[in-house]
Order: sequence, then C-alpha cells, then structure tokens
Amino acid sequence: MKLLLKGGRVIDPSQDLDAKMDILIAHGKILEVGRKIHKHGANFRKQTETDITVINLGGMVVVPGLIDMHTHLREPGFEYRETIRTGSEAASFGGFTSVACMPNTMPANDNRSVTEYIVRKAAACNIVNVYPIASITMGSEGNVMTEFRDLRDAGAVAFSDDGKPVNNSALMRRALEYASSLGLPIISHCEDLSLSAGGSMNEGFVSTELGLQGIPAIAEEAFIARDIIIAEYTGALLHIAHVSTAGAVRLIRTAKERGLKITAETAPHYFTLTEDALREYDTCTKVNPPLRTAEDVKAIKEGLKDGTIDAIASDHAPHAPTDKEVEFEYAAFGITGLETSLSLSLRLVEESILTLNQLILKMSTIPARILNLPKGNLRAGADADITVLDLNKKWTVDRAMLRSKGKNTPFHQWTLKGKPVLTIMGGGIKYQELP
Amino acid sequence: MKLTKKDILGIKDISVEEIKLILDTAESFIEVSTREIKKVPTLRGKTIINLFFEASTRTRTSFEIAGKRLSADTINISASTSSVVKGETLIDTARNIEAMNPDAIVIRHSAAGAPHLLARMVKQSIINAGDGAHEHPTQALLDMMTIREKKGRIAGLAVAIVGDIAHSRVARSNIYGLTKMGARVIVAGPAMMIPRDIERMGVSVYHKLEDAIKDVDIIMMLRIQMERQQQKIFPSLREYSNYFCLNRNNITLAKDDVLVMHPGPINRGIEISPDIADGPYSVILDQVTNGVAVRMALLYLLIGGKS
Ligand SMILES: [Zn+2]
Repeated sequence: MKLLLKGGRVIDPSQDLDAKMDILIAHGKILEVGRKIHKHGANFRKQTETDITVINLGGMVVVPGLIDMHTHLREPGFEYRETIRTGSEAASFGGFTSVACMPNTMPANDNRSVTEYIVRKAAACNIVNVYPIASITMGSEGNVMTEFRDLRDAGAVAFSDDGKPVNNSALMRRALEYASSLGLPIISHCEDLSLSAGGSMNEGFVSTELGLQGIPAIAEEAFIARDIIIAEYTGALLHIAHVSTAGAVRLIRTAKERGLKITAETAPHYFTLTEDALREYDTCTKVNPPLRTAEDVKAIKEGLKDGTIDAIASDHAPHAPTDKEVEFEYAAFGITGLETSLSLSLRLVEESILTLNQLILKMSTIPARILNLPKGNLRAGADADITVLDLNKKWTVDRAMLRSKGKNTPFHQWTLKGKPVLTIMGGGIKYQELP
Repeated sequence: MKLTKKDILGIKDISVEEIKLILDTAESFIEVSTREIKKVPTLRGKTIINLFFEASTRTRTSFEIAGKRLSADTINISASTSSVVKGETLIDTARNIEAMNPDAIVIRHSAAGAPHLLARMVKQSIINAGDGAHEHPTQALLDMMTIREKKGRIAGLAVAIVGDIAHSRVARSNIYGLTKMGARVIVAGPAMMIPRDIERMGVSVYHKLEDAIKDVDIIMMLRIQMERQQQKIFPSLREYSNYFCLNRNNITLAKDDVLVMHPGPINRGIEISPDIADGPYSVILDQVTNGVAVRMALLYLLIGGKS
C-alpha cells in the first residue's frame, strides 16, 4: 500500500528544504519528495488506485519523524510506571517516531539479554523505533564497566548511567575511551552527589523560603567541567544530558569554542519553568536536575539559540501516584514529558528563539546524528518516519488523558498551541487526529 | 470577626490585619488561663486532632491544653515517619482521620510542605505545628505576642535571630512575621548555617554574634541540633558555643532592656548560658504561657462559631 502526503509544508533541515511538497511513501520508505506528485504518475503505473491512500495536508507542516534521545520506558521491572507499549503510545501521540530509552530499569540494561528484550518488545509493539541505551557500569553502580561491544552488537546506541553520575573519574575516562573507539557516545548525567545529597530542589532563594534542602547549580557544573576535561584529553564522544544551569551552558559553550566535539541536550521543563513552580510543594515539579532560576532559563534559551545546546530531549520520567503523592522530600524525581515536549518546544519558535527549521534540527536531525541513527531526514530512500504538525491547533493538557502511565506533569491544564496530528513510523500511521 | 482562611500553613500567607486579630484574640484568652476553672465552652462539641509525626512534647501539650481550655475534644496521634514506608503514612492517616470527621487537624512533620499536602487532601482546617525547616507559624505568633506584651509594639524594634538559620522553621516564620509587623530583623550564625539568598527575605546577615546583637531590642537564640555535626555542617559544639553562646559578657552589647527569647528546649551552656536563660532578660517562660493563648486564639478563630 502506498501513502501520498499531499500539499503540506515540508521541512527537512538535512537538505535545507522548506517548501510545499508532496511525499510518496511505499514499503516503509520514502519513495519520492516532490512538487505535485500525481496519483497516476510514474511511481503509480503498475498500481491500482485502491492501493493508494491520499492524505491532504494543506496548512500542515511535515517534518522528519521526531526523535527523543532521552526517555525512560521503565520496562523491564517498573511496569507500574510505564511499559514499552504505553511509552511508545505516548511517544507517538507526542509526534515521536523514535525514542532512545535509558537503562535504569530492573534489571538495569547492562547486558545483552536486556537490550535484546527491549528491542524485541518494542518491535512487537511496532509503534515507535526504540533504541536502547545501555548502562556504562553494571547495575549503574559505578564500579564495573559493562560489555560495550556486545551491547552495541545487540542494539545499544549509546551508554549512560543516567539517574546517577559515574563518580570514579578513572572509570569515566576508560568508558569514554572505549565507547568512542566503538563510535558510540557516552551520555553523561552530571551530578556531584556530595554536593546534591539530600536535596530536592534548586538551591537558592526559593529553597530558603520553602525550607527544602537545595541542590546547588555547582553540583551539575562541577561534573560537567570534569567530563569536558576528560573528553578534551581523550578526544572522546561526550554528550551531556539535561543541561539546566547558566554555568553549564557557559562551560559547554567555551568547550565548543575550543573545538571539542561534545554535544548537549536540555529538556522542555528547563526552558519553560523556574523554581517558582515549586511554591505549592507540587511534587510534579520535582525533577533532577531541578527547575532552576529565571536567569538559568534565559541562559538555556540562549544556548539553544546559539547552538551550544544541540538537542531537546524530553527526559520523560513517568511515575506512579504512589511515587508522587507523598511529602515533597520523599517524592521521586521526574516529569512525564513525551506528550508535551513538542508543544512546549514550539513556544521557542513563537518567541523567536528558534526557527521552526532549527527546532526540527534539535528534535530530529541532530539527535539522529548524535546517536548514529539512519533517521532524521526526508530524503528519497529514507525510512518513512514522518511527523505532521498543526501549528495552530490549541489543546489543553489533561493529566487524565495522557497515554503515558505517568501522570506526573507540571503542565496540567496548560493550553498549548501547536501539536502533532499525524505520526507515521515505517510507513504506517501510528497516531492521527487529522481534521 | 473570624479568619476567613481554611488553614494556617505559614506566616507568609497571613496578613498584618490577621496577625493583629490573632494576637488581640490571644490576649483576651490570657485571662481564661488564670481562672480557677480554666475552661470556656467556646468549642464544645468540636474535635481537634493533634497529628504529630515528629516528637514534640511541648508543642503538642500546648495545643492540647489550648483545645481543652476551649472545651474541645482533643485527640493525640503520634505517628512515626520511620516505621512505615515514608509518605504512605501521611496520606493513609489523613484519609482515615478525615473519615472520623474532626474539625481541625494540627500537624507536626519533619518534611517541609507536609501540612500543604494534608490541606489539599482533606476538607478540615489544618494548623501547621512545624514542618521541616519551613514554618512554625504558632511559634512566631507567640513570639510576636510576647514582644508586643513586653515592649508595647513590634514596629521599629531590632530583632536578632541567632543560630542555625538554615534548618530553622522558627527563624523563617519569625522573619515573615516580624518584617510584616515593621521590625528590623538580623540573622546571625556561622556561614554554613545561613541559607542562600536569605537577604532577599528582608533581613541583614552577620557572622559574628557580637555584631549581630549590638543595640538590638530582642535576641532570639535558636536551639542547636546536635545531629548537624554528624552532617558535617559545623566542626564541633565546642567551637560553636565558643563563638555563638549568649552570655553575660556579650549581652551587654545589646540594649539595656533587651529581651532574650528561645523557642526551647534549651541546650544550656551551648547556645545560651544558664545565667542568661534564667536571668532578668529572659522571657522564655512567658513565651510558653503565651503559646497556649495564641493556640486558643487560632483554634477559636478557625473553627469557633461554625455550625
Ligand atoms: Zn539524568
């Protein structure tokens, strides 16, 4: 069966394309991108008309399928928080055709069998492409390195002990060297635990007022500085996860100015909310790294604009009510994010911080590049992973309506403008709400 | 006149007019506690639950006496935060208590924001009797009542709060209350005990006791928590008391009619020398007496007169 997407505004940053185009899809691949592809044209000669579905996308924006490079799918082990299926459904609703999932499952993704399990389960769900990120150390405990090569061969696209830092600097150095020699990045959760221990929010005026123990910006920055130094020394591929502070942006910017090939991501909550969101002790605002100050938000936006921050990733961290309906300091860290990520990021376009083209770069093309995925473009021959956006569609976030099992969003009842309305993965329609 | 709010979670959310109303009402209740029959029927038929997740004999007793002197039925529930899975205790206990239909719940908890969680979950009035390092509104109210009683005013006075400000709910509630009422507030302690950006709460910060108490009208000494030493927050009790213990020498730097306050319980000889704690400047026992009156006033203003 063929699919013809007609009349949409097609944006593909990988080929500098922004024009009204049609896209013809067959056998899971993009067959042709062109102006006015006719239903009876060359590619249709041997087909009967019933084999072709035509979707009129006038007024819509057609982009390469979005890629979320930092997702927690919780399976295996924490299925009460999320499963590969519910996470995939949430991703597809959010316009994502691919997600890379973090290894802090139970057991951790520290060996081939877990990686294979995730790949197999995701394929059976067949909703989004799921790329496992394997842990750097066994059980993410920071002691013994995992079998990087075996894990890569099983399907791992990067290594990370996300949720925790790699405390031991020598081990971090070896991990960076080894991963890099295999062509894979280390995704670093940067946190000096001795500085952050016991904290549950950003340290500053608001933590002082609320009487909650703080996590200072320097806890994040100290380890980013360390990792940059190791990456510079080893020439390794380093990707910094969830950048949240102005100081972190500064460190990464100067490292890049020196020519280092490091990359960095931030999450929508870090450029949308500040620590003031915590004032009612709403545990849905508790996240690690924590929501920071207005100055940090400003710096994150500048970092996105000048390219210091390469990618936007959701850091989707679904939790069950039992994890969150407790006293603030006992509540789990994390925000459910797949379903709001794009709409929140579109606000950057509205604010003229990013062009739409730059946003798609940061949510598809660049994540594909960082993780070496053959994705993130709309060239003929590419996998037919396509997201269609309605930039004018207004919708109200309703926690009860989320596809994810994690209802822990601080954006409940927010009205957002712009939304994915059609998500195509491998040529198949996985989500749609076209008028 | 009554308070229109459902809960008393912190001084931050209470207006100057409300503070005055509470203090005026408290003054009128002082007399009840001096009668031979120390009881008025104001809250007859009302039920107040004291829900204490953190041990505190004096605050719990004060609330209990306050309720009883107003003829309310007071029930004490002591729950441990450590014995059960953390958090489940509060939410489960709250639902159980709500089902028993009390009129007010007084809560003390080691976690900041626990009363706010409770207030969202149940329809009854919640009074915060201390939550973590956040607020202890009734302590600040009784402190303000004591200052007003002794000095005739709060506005224009200089008040030094000395000790581990970072971990003190008493400090925070008093900073909110005293600055609202027009006092000038100074905080002092070793740098590790001064929380970040506290200047933005409208206070000035000193790291030397002598600088902080110079010419002040009121000195509030905070209790030093012994466990902070294990948390590597300060070197030793010896070092602390050498430089931050209020004694007969350094107190001369303050005004001649200075009042010395302490929320109790006192570590004698550590933050305050015994002769000062028991001396003529001390109003520590007046604070305890006024604590009952302030809590009576709050209970009356929150749940009195409702059918
Ligand atoms: Zn992380």
